[in-house]
Amino acid sequence: MNAESLIVFFIVAMVLVGGAISFSYFVAPTSRNAQKAESYECGIPTKGITWLQFNVGYYLFAILFLVFEVETVFVFPWAVVMKDLGMVAFIEILIFFFILILGLLYAWKKHALIWE
Amino acid sequence: MPFNIYDFTSFTQWIDKSLYDSCTPFWAMIWEMSIIGVVFLAFYAVVGLYLVYAERKICGFIQCRVGPNRVGPYGFFQTIADLIKLLMKELIYIKNADKVLFNIAPFIVIITSFLAIAAIPFAKGLHAIDFDIGVFYLMAVSSMGVIGLLLAGWSSNNKYSLIGAMRSGAQIVSYELSVGLSLVTIVVLAGTMQLSQIVELQRDGWFIFKGHIPAFIAFIIFITAGIAETNRGPFDLAEAESELTAGYHTEYSGIKFAFFFLAEYMNMFIIASIAATVFWGGWMPLHFPGLENFNHFMDFIPPFIWYIGKTAVIIFIMMWFKWTFPRLRIDQLLNLEWKYLLPINLFNVLLMAFIVLKGWELF
Repeated sequence: MNAESLIVFFIVAMVLVGGAISFSYFVAPTSRNAQKAESYECGIPTKGITWLQFNVGYYLFAILFLVFEVETVFVFPWAVVMKDLGMVAFIEILIFFFILILGLLYAWKKHALIWE
Repeated sequence: MPFNIYDFTSFTQWIDKSLYDSCTPFWAMIWEMSIIGVVFLAFYAVVGLYLVYAERKICGFIQCRVGPNRVGPYGFFQTIADLIKLLMKELIYIKNADKVLFNIAPFIVIITSFLAIAAIPFAKGLHAIDFDIGVFYLMAVSSMGVIGLLLAGWSSNNKYSLIGAMRSGAQIVSYELSVGLSLVTIVVLAGTMQLSQIVELQRDGWFIFKGHIPAFIAFIIFITAGIAETNRGPFDLAEAESELTAGYHTEYSGIKFAFFFLAEYMNMFIIASIAATVFWGGWMPLHFPGLENFNHFMDFIPPFIWYIGKTAVIIFIMMWFKWTFPRLRIDQLLNLEWKYLLPINLFNVLLMAFIVLKGWELF
């Protein structure tokens, strides 16, 4: 099988979820009322809007993640050819990681890694 | 029919050939794809259901209870009964939810976990697709599930769901780094990302033995980060029943809820499979260089059994973690990743590169 056959897996998963949900629509009982359609909040009505702006802490971690994740993507090809290239590749990754670790230390020093 | 339990290559080729002989290439392809689809669907459902059963039994065992024991012998059909019950449950309509995203979310979590099992080698010659970037593909696909969780939490328009989703977002993206880097450590050792080759390279010793210290550290980091990625205890902040009721799937009911549950267990299976394949040699029997008789004896156990056994051991470890460790706070969780696992992991990759450079790997 080649990579195009991933489409089969995609379709089968779609059919699995879609089929089960539509089957459930047919067999499951439905009774709608206004109270049931409310958001669940332990029995009391929800106050205010839910879709509000979120803590900046998440944003900092998202940015840090982006840096390191892209770095991981770069490191994968290096990892494959590391054996063949030998010392040159090792020195290069040393420099690359040195810069990255400096960045991480900077973020650490700036208290970006502290959750508040 | 050339069926050999130790090598499925000839068997799959035989199916392929007889299909192409008996009908036109187009229909043969359609047939082949349908067979693969149905086999994987059945496998997926059985694994998902029985992991839930295993979890309940193990949880019961750890908490000195019996676990499910009413439906069938030893409660063996309990999860099937649960599935039928969930199918018959009402799908509650939520007034404030974002309808489209709310309905798309279960599709995304299931599709990503289903796509991931396409690349796993189950036994010799028994894998759906043998990517040359297998490790990378698995990492990419298995991390896409977070989109489903975020959509589910956000579209529910419920504060518990939103907090749960945001937490799981921060958690999964953070631990994604550790998963990636610990796999990089092994890719450095293997020099390839193709999973069938990675397994083949472990013929004379699994990578966890071959790469001694760095491989062992990478394995521990991978398991920790893998548990965090699947949102399981002790890292189950996204659900945190005592604070958030159920986290991102608070508003889901009936079969839609079941899909989130199923996806969680399948993700656990995928993480365990990757760990088994990359660190413990996948379907490769336990071999030590120099012990010819021992190696030969181990070869008698079929590869599929090896694969299932290793995966089951890792899954058991993950469940054991869940039921023994208390849940972390979010600041502890992010500290663990960014201040401990990530720096350790970066140095670990360098250490492994140095060892490979010097040719110091065992065996």
